[in-house]
Amino acid sequence: MAEPAAGFLDPVVDEDGAPFWEYAARGELRVQTCAECGEPRFPPRPCCPHCRSFADTWRRMSGHGRIWSFVVPHPPLLPAYAGVAPYNAVLVELTDAPRIRLAGNVVAAPGAPLDSVDPARLRIGAGVRVVFAPAAPGGMPVPRWLLERG
Amino acid sequence: MAGLKDTAAIAGIGQTAFAKRLPEAEKTLACRAVLAALDDAGIDASEVDAFASYTMEETDEVELAKAIGAGDATFFAKVGYGGGGSCATVAHLAAAIATGQASVGVAWRSRKRGSGPRPWTNTAAQLPTPAQWTRPFGLLRPADEIGMLARRYMHEYGATRDHFFQVALACRNRANQNPAAMMYERPLTREMYMTSRWISEPLCLFDNCLETDGALACVVVSAERARDCRNRPVYVHSVAQGLPAQHHGMVNYWTDDPLTGPAWTAARRLWKDADFGPQDVDVAQIYDAFTPLIPLSLEGYGFCGRGEGAAFTEGGALEIGGRLPLNTSGGGLSEAYVHGFNLITEGVRQLRGTSTAQVTGAATCLVTAGEDVPTSALLLRS
Repeated sequence: MAEPAAGFLDPVVDEDGAPFWEYAARGELRVQTCAECGEPRFPPRPCCPHCRSFADTWRRMSGHGRIWSFVVPHPPLLPAYAGVAPYNAVLVELTDAPRIRLAGNVVAAPGAPLDSVDPARLRIGAGVRVVFAPAAPGGMPVPRWLLERG
Repeated sequence: MAGLKDTAAIAGIGQTAFAKRLPEAEKTLACRAVLAALDDAGIDASEVDAFASYTMEETDEVELAKAIGAGDATFFAKVGYGGGGSCATVAHLAAAIATGQASVGVAWRSRKRGSGPRPWTNTAAQLPTPAQWTRPFGLLRPADEIGMLARRYMHEYGATRDHFFQVALACRNRANQNPAAMMYERPLTREMYMTSRWISEPLCLFDNCLETDGALACVVVSAERARDCRNRPVYVHSVAQGLPAQHHGMVNYWTDDPLTGPAWTAARRLWKDADFGPQDVDVAQIYDAFTPLIPLSLEGYGFCGRGEGAAFTEGGALEIGGRLPLNTSGGGLSEAYVHGFNLITEGVRQLRGTSTAQVTGAATCLVTAGEDVPTSALLLRS
């Protein structure tokens, strides 16, 4: 996997996770879902923990969620991240699948840097919606989050 | 499973100095700690026939056995998940001895985290599943991962930074009594805590354990044999490991309830096999890589109800003379961060009556391994 230009980390994709990132590259937020019993699961894995079926589908999400928690990392950090610290990292609970919580960043615009939103504006429970953009020039498109009441 | 109860005992403990930088290699430190523990027990290295360690340990049993001149070994085990495996090493040795697979076991931890690289700086190796779901977003370090749970815990239960400070303070106060501790004679104040630099908000510098060089070891033998050893035996009363359903390790965000971690699973087994309950624990050594792990563990191991762990820390409860004296050598926060092995040796000292912060008449001790990873725990008794 290529290192993004600015030293930010791209996802190192495994076989189970590949569809998530392929959909993300098309601007779609999809979650692995059991084709038999309909239970969504995350992170992706070969088999449904509820009914043990190996048949899956990737269900499209509305892209809406709420902040479940967040942190504001300060150095020491990897150099690229130290360069934008302090920044926010959030866990977003998806409206369509409440037990699925995706890590991400709240940004001011799809391609904006990790520190583009004042952490003081973040609250647990705040509504967010997904957009897709590389975390750094040349990187893979990943989900990023905009505050609903921007 | 009453089969293991008090059948094995810790007969010896040993350690090297703890420091930010030690000149000797990890393997050398491991040998020194193991030989010190055998000397403490009064058992010759040639009698050792069982080894137990946990992952992220660079000195393996082959190297160690060869170096110390051990005899033929008939049992060796390595437990997964770094700091979650500390107590399981003793549990595995106790089981091996109880089932007749071996007679003298050693467990150890040697680390040079004080002078070595931080694991999160290794960009090439840091991205296995599930890191693809976290690292790109700047959740790079354990402090970032635990900070996420800490913020949610504060939100749900009204826990405050003052609660986390109470944890850091109790550990620091005990380290101030312990000449072996990294933070001996270095008091902590509320002012220092509240004005310290952030690491990952809501966690500040003093919410994090110390990077330390050092090694520790203990010797496990049958209860019968232990009674003839050089020091007072400390019995392994109950043991447990815990890997909860749907757990993910560190980023335990995808379970239904991320605030009930592996401690809950280990605790159910631990108490089921014990003759006493949480109210009978005289002193606790609870894994403290980060301060929020203490209230989460207090709840998991049944010292209070769900959501009450933060309030439990109030009023000096964790100090000597309090409801549950905690981490009486200073713990990972203020003695040394050696993946929790110092919590085991301090548990032994308390039950021998030789701690630098002795709880009067301590006869029972809970020791836990890393929380929020697959974990393990021990109940020790004198």
